[in-house]
Amino acid sequence: MDYEVVIGLEVHSELKTHSKIFCGCSTQFGSEQNTNVCPVCLGMPGVLPVVNEKVVEFAVRAGLALNCEILPFSKFDRKNYYYPDLPKNYQTSQYDLPIALNGYLDIEVGGETKRIGITRIHMEEDAGKLVHAGTISNADYTLVDYNRTGVPLIEIVSEPDLRSPEEAKAYLEKIKSILEYLDVSDCKMEEGSLRCDANISLRPRGTEPFGTKSEIKNLNSFRAVQKGLEYEVERQTDLLEEGGKVVQETRSWDDAAGVTVSLRSKEQAHDYRYLPEPDLVPIVVDPSWVEEIRSNLPELPDERKKRMMETHGLSSYDASVLTASRAQAEYFDALTAQGVDAKAAANWVMGEVAKHLNSNGLTIAQCPVSAENLAGMLTLVDKGTISHKIAKTVFEEMWTSGKAAEQIVREKGLVQISDSSAIIGIVDAVLAANPQSVADFQAGKERALGFLVGQIMKQTKGRANPEMVNTLLKERIGQM
Amino acid sequence: MELFKLTAHELHQKLVNKEVSSVEITQSVLGRIDAVEDKVQSYVNQTRELALAKARQVDEKIKKGEPISPLAGIPGAIKDNMCTKGIKTTCSSKILENFVAPYDATVIEKLTEQDMVLMGKTNLDEFAMGGSTENSGFFTSHNPWDLDRVPGGSSGGSAAAVAAGEAIWSLGSDTGGSIRQPAAYCGTVGMKPTYGRVSRYGLVAFASSLDQIGPIVRDVTDCALVMNAICGYDKKDSTSINSPVPDYTKALQVDVKGLKIGLPKEYFVRGMNPEVEKAVQKAVDQLVALGAEYQEVSMPHTEYGLSAYYLIAPAEASSNLARYDGVGYGMREEGDDIIAMYKKTRSKGFGAEVKRRIMLGTYALSSGYYDAYYMKALKVRTLVKRDFDRAFEKVDVLITPTAPSPAFKIGAMANDPLAMYMQDVCTIPVNLAGVPGISLPCGFVDGMPIGLQIIGKPLGEDTLLRAAYTYEQQNDYHKRFAPLGEV
Repeated sequence: MDYEVVIGLEVHSELKTHSKIFCGCSTQFGSEQNTNVCPVCLGMPGVLPVVNEKVVEFAVRAGLALNCEILPFSKFDRKNYYYPDLPKNYQTSQYDLPIALNGYLDIEVGGETKRIGITRIHMEEDAGKLVHAGTISNADYTLVDYNRTGVPLIEIVSEPDLRSPEEAKAYLEKIKSILEYLDVSDCKMEEGSLRCDANISLRPRGTEPFGTKSEIKNLNSFRAVQKGLEYEVERQTDLLEEGGKVVQETRSWDDAAGVTVSLRSKEQAHDYRYLPEPDLVPIVVDPSWVEEIRSNLPELPDERKKRMMETHGLSSYDASVLTASRAQAEYFDALTAQGVDAKAAANWVMGEVAKHLNSNGLTIAQCPVSAENLAGMLTLVDKGTISHKIAKTVFEEMWTSGKAAEQIVREKGLVQISDSSAIIGIVDAVLAANPQSVADFQAGKERALGFLVGQIMKQTKGRANPEMVNTLLKERIGQM
Repeated sequence: MELFKLTAHELHQKLVNKEVSSVEITQSVLGRIDAVEDKVQSYVNQTRELALAKARQVDEKIKKGEPISPLAGIPGAIKDNMCTKGIKTTCSSKILENFVAPYDATVIEKLTEQDMVLMGKTNLDEFAMGGSTENSGFFTSHNPWDLDRVPGGSSGGSAAAVAAGEAIWSLGSDTGGSIRQPAAYCGTVGMKPTYGRVSRYGLVAFASSLDQIGPIVRDVTDCALVMNAICGYDKKDSTSINSPVPDYTKALQVDVKGLKIGLPKEYFVRGMNPEVEKAVQKAVDQLVALGAEYQEVSMPHTEYGLSAYYLIAPAEASSNLARYDGVGYGMREEGDDIIAMYKKTRSKGFGAEVKRRIMLGTYALSSGYYDAYYMKALKVRTLVKRDFDRAFEKVDVLITPTAPSPAFKIGAMANDPLAMYMQDVCTIPVNLAGVPGISLPCGFVDGMPIGLQIIGKPLGEDTLLRAAYTYEQQNDYHKRFAPLGEV
């Protein structure tokens, strides 16, 4: 049977406020264990939470960017469950009156734009981190690091509108992109500042009712989201094909083994016994404050993409790639602002720059070649001072030394030779030394010309103007 | 002179006049503790050295001619559910038997600024759950008026200490009557302020939406002094009220002319001791004789208050007490895995009443029962509040008994938690509504003190104090000192 995949995502994103959600402790990632703590986030007897206003602001920002309605009256609730990384054994979260409701997000998959509903966004506190002496199953003891306890989170819950693992991945990438543009989260999946759980079910294509879903946890990278869901599609399909039933349960993605494994069944599901947080007063949001935040929202990826296509005539694909991260789009804009041709700028950012960043595991914000320096180099190419080929060499040098292109070109004597009188002697010498190749070319073997060009480039250390070399070669052979 | 028998305002006068020193006062109280503590057992933990050191500091100040605050150098006691940095805070629970808080509650910070002399931390029903101190994880305190009887609770240690002369003043906390009922049982004055008037930061939570700290003292004047010291907005407590605190001593006037008193008929419940009812009527008559007006009012939802309370308070408690799990602090009983450790720790660390309420609350919040129990209780709470709103459209204060009868014998209700809960029937609605209430001595039944409760509008503490002061000045119940057997 042909099944349709139904997926909804719950995305947790740590907000990059300086202090925690209910106390003044720092949210700094990677600090020494149990140093960013106080009686409040340690859940000592008698302590009380106080809401960090910045958290509400960031959540409102996210809500507006995701086209949500901001609730003028929302509240915190306690979600009760026992776990040693949760010092109070309840998480202060939002239950029935979250800060934002009913939004949407457009994703693009296979060249088609699709609107995905956002059910809600709510604020909550993060839990601490368990450090096992060994693996979780064989450890003699486990330590708790409370640095992360109380770091603010927003949970973004989508409607079950996603129809493939690929769409799920695209949705998550878009969320990440938007949160980065908003400057509310670092969205580093490897550091856990962006986390994702998925609900997935299958139904015979063309039918309405949802099938039984499983919830997949531990999807800790974009790749894991796609792979984990692909696995789950296959697992559920096989089950149904064999006449079996999908059991409602929570499963965990094992990245190394490439499988999902059952964590707990529906019967073992937690009863969180939510109750209104009596230690906090409701959050009353002034509509004029919301409008102020709305008017200060930065340009978001979709708008920026549109602007790039209109201003620079870029393709939809190029503009999407360039605007996926705010830093990358800014890098691109800095290039064009310095007069670099948009197409050339796009090719470089998506080509050499991206390639180098990827192989060095860096983000564009950490790129050792500044946009200014790259623009300087591309101007040299444009002016014909250096060739495209040399440009790659210069870029390598800029990457390692951080020097400006002009300086490198000057120091290494990489200026392009565009003086025909200088090139013609070399052309003649190469022709004289390679009569067989000349003969081959005259016999119609186009490839022989390439060999001759190569020889000239070798002698000029790549500096000869390639167009000029071509013209001169053909001219000289023609005269022979 | 038996200094320990005096009030804070009398002792302050003597300090200012340099008739006595703070060290002398402190030693007098310490001597009294030595003499009677065996019998009364008010204290979970005494801080004698600290008290004397502080007394010496205050004496230095006086000697240098520096001004001192009204509670400076006056020995006080704190219920052991308020966090004190460096001093154990046990909540009279085995699970926190050796717990030392790394911080001071806001009230402790405020009182430290006032140079209080802290004598120690007083006994309570474990985590403030109970009305007799019989639920203390350590021992039961005794009523100084009759050592075979309970001092009331949960702030029984604080009330007994003040009544026995083991402290001049004290702090209690009140979730459903835990200040007012023991104050009444021990012949002292106790006030539960408006919810949010005193910061709860550092008060170990029982039921967060009901808990409130307040004074237990010897007379209404001392009540005003302690209120002046502890009230006020605290940015660490989001539920505290951001409104200026009046000088409560200004309310200490004999003046009830035109004061409208309401007598809610539903509070005079069946089974109430007739002597108590008579005493309350007599008190109202006295106030009317001084120019107050009185009328009967109806608060129709009163009878449901108790039931709503015993859903809301345990529900919040079940969540508030979840943190005592043996992981970060407090008692830990090792187990084969984390679940076993939780179970063993909590089974051993909590007493029967705490367990009962955690179970009640957990049940009330459980999926499938939430609407029928917790949700319904919240609705009843709204109705109870509305009763108060309506009553206060007609009257300025309400007058009721504090408890239906005087202190009962230790053990008399041990196997009847429902009968025990009935002792709170007059005090609980006040917490549900979040309004202020004061209990003050209004007579004796069979030699045991009984209390008059005056209930006011939100932030109407000054009106309560004025009415209470006026009544107190016409009587001398507050001047009688507990005989304490033959000590």
